[in-house]
Amino acid sequence: MQFASIHFKQRAAGALANERLQGNLRRFGSGFADKRTAAREAYGADAFEQLREASAAIRDRALSDLDAWLLRFELEATRRGTTVIWAEDADEACARALEICARHGLKKAIKSKSMLSEEAALNAALAAAGVQPIETDLGEYILQLADEPPSHIIAPAIHKDLGEVSELFARHHGSAPTDDIARMTREARDVLRTHFLSADLGVSGGNFLVAETGSVAIVTNEGNGRMVTTLPRVHVAITGIEKVIATLEDLSTLNRILARSATGQEISNYFSILTGPKRADDTEGPEHNYVILVDNGRTRFIGGELREMLRCIRCGACMNHCPVYQTVGGHSYGWVYPGPMGSVLTPVFQGLENALDLPQAATLCGACHVACPVKIPLPELLRTLREMQLERRLRPWGERAAFAAWAFTATRPRLYAWMTRVAARVLKGMGGRKGRIARLPLAGHGWTLGRDFPAPEGRTFRELYRAGVRRKA
Amino acid sequence: MPALRVGLFVTCLVDLIRPRIGFAALELLEAAGCEVVVPPTQTCCGQPGWNSGDRASARSLAERVIAEFEGFDYVVAPSGSCTGMIKRHYLKVFAGEGAWLARAEALAAKTFELTDFLASVIGLERVPGRYSGSITYHDSCAGLRELGIREQPRALLAKMPGVHLIEMKDAETCCGFGGTFSIKFGDISAAMAQTKCERIRASGAQAVVLGDLGCMLNIEGRLRRSGDETTRVLHVAEVLTAGT
Repeated sequence: MQFASIHFKQRAAGALANERLQGNLRRFGSGFADKRTAAREAYGADAFEQLREASAAIRDRALSDLDAWLLRFELEATRRGTTVIWAEDADEACARALEICARHGLKKAIKSKSMLSEEAALNAALAAAGVQPIETDLGEYILQLADEPPSHIIAPAIHKDLGEVSELFARHHGSAPTDDIARMTREARDVLRTHFLSADLGVSGGNFLVAETGSVAIVTNEGNGRMVTTLPRVHVAITGIEKVIATLEDLSTLNRILARSATGQEISNYFSILTGPKRADDTEGPEHNYVILVDNGRTRFIGGELREMLRCIRCGACMNHCPVYQTVGGHSYGWVYPGPMGSVLTPVFQGLENALDLPQAATLCGACHVACPVKIPLPELLRTLREMQLERRLRPWGERAAFAAWAFTATRPRLYAWMTRVAARVLKGMGGRKGRIARLPLAGHGWTLGRDFPAPEGRTFRELYRAGVRRKA
Repeated sequence: MPALRVGLFVTCLVDLIRPRIGFAALELLEAAGCEVVVPPTQTCCGQPGWNSGDRASARSLAERVIAEFEGFDYVVAPSGSCTGMIKRHYLKVFAGEGAWLARAEALAAKTFELTDFLASVIGLERVPGRYSGSITYHDSCAGLRELGIREQPRALLAKMPGVHLIEMKDAETCCGFGGTFSIKFGDISAAMAQTKCERIRASGAQAVVLGDLGCMLNIEGRLRRSGDETTRVLHVAEVLTAGT
């Protein structure tokens, strides 16, 4: 998708002004978060916390020897007939995928949801090479018709309402508009069925790569993933190198927490462990099976201050719990990954200077950290990115000067006392009779755009205390 | 047993904008039998700089706070946010520095948010204030998620016979303040505050009570801007000392 994270502020302003989107975001509200809470309680809150702990440890174990586990994955997968391909970046991932298409003469690709294919803009690359890409996840299918990027990593079309989807279907399917969801789903199913049966390539992502068996594990809810990975004669799984875990036992632990954290389900409707292509005695499966392992910036996290981010298992809990995400929606973030996880990933993948607002656009409220199934300290990572921005002088000089002035003053108590006494009086004066300020100057303008500023009482605490006051007026 | 010597960290916002919250905290600590000292040179805990990535300014202020407050039995602040800075983040400010880190750890161990101190450390039996009316409680983020403060203020408020607590929906969701976020992203911040204000009004309570002045200014500012002149916005210390 078009990279636009540098325009976060403008995009967010547009989202705030878009009443229909605001309505849709409100309707989405805390739906997933509430379901996660219920799933956590059903599992047992203490047991769930232990599961988070275990999940984080599993991810850390794999990541601390990432190279070794990836090589083991390659060895085991190759031994079982899978072709493992390495790609350093998005372009290389697309090039390798196109080579596969050329080798097998492939013309139509059905896809199940893959965020990496969004990262790599694989659909555009396939189309340009004459391979028709068809998204088969219902949300992704809707967005392909609308020519829009996803706004959520597991519910990609969450920003759209029934009416919008209905119009879209009527236009593309040539059917009468309807608000009957079952009928609309049937329509999509009919269209997709033809594609399922005529495609020669299936492209999927991979939720986990199991090193000990060379398997790709896929978690889906619609069954399309199973069609994509078994019907066409070639299956390509394209996924990030950080998805590797050591064992099937690890997989079973992570699978217990993934769906609960994402949608509140105990387990997703479909869960596939794909190991190698179709064997002689198999009744179904692809004749050829590839896994493209993509770096595309992931190794930049290794050993650094942001390393915990690689634990991410792409459940979406952080955005489901993020009040900023819920207010401005996923498209404001301007790239594939929205919400808190995106605000850490995007600056690293795309360059700190190309996503200046993202680490700043958070209240550091901590809701994401508490919800994260693998305990990624997202607020701390965002704060660290802010530190990196300052170190690289990527913040406006006015902001840096303001902090320098604040530190200068606050480390000089007498100067500070004098300045706060003046400020308390000036601001009280500005507050007038009602005791509130409707318009603050300079940077304070941002505050008073949508709020009054309650005026100070007029004298500082320290000044009153010094004067012998011990009780509130 | 001699009275506990408690250093009151007033916080920069209370000092400048709402001294009465500082005096309410002082009164509560004295009601709890503490000998309260207000170090006269205190300014700011360093959180604005720390949250903005300015490690140097955060550090210079953190050193001052440690030096000013490490001599007390306990340090108490009427703010979950500033307490979280001292109790959790100072350890990161001084990570890997032997002597300073040890001092930061020692201070962190004896620093408490006001209601946490009163309810957990003191086990306050009698609340001095008298308040009559319905309230809803907003759980401020740092207090809730960094310090585990949820039941403490409610337990203290429950000791006041006139207080009728009505929980709002999403009481634990951020109000949109976020320090400098509220200025840098004023429109998003105000929209988040609006959602919070709608929840407060939907609760039907006459007042929203909370433990952090930043959130108070944000919520009160949005309530008034949106034409609500009646819903009161009160610090929990004000309620606990009301009418005294």
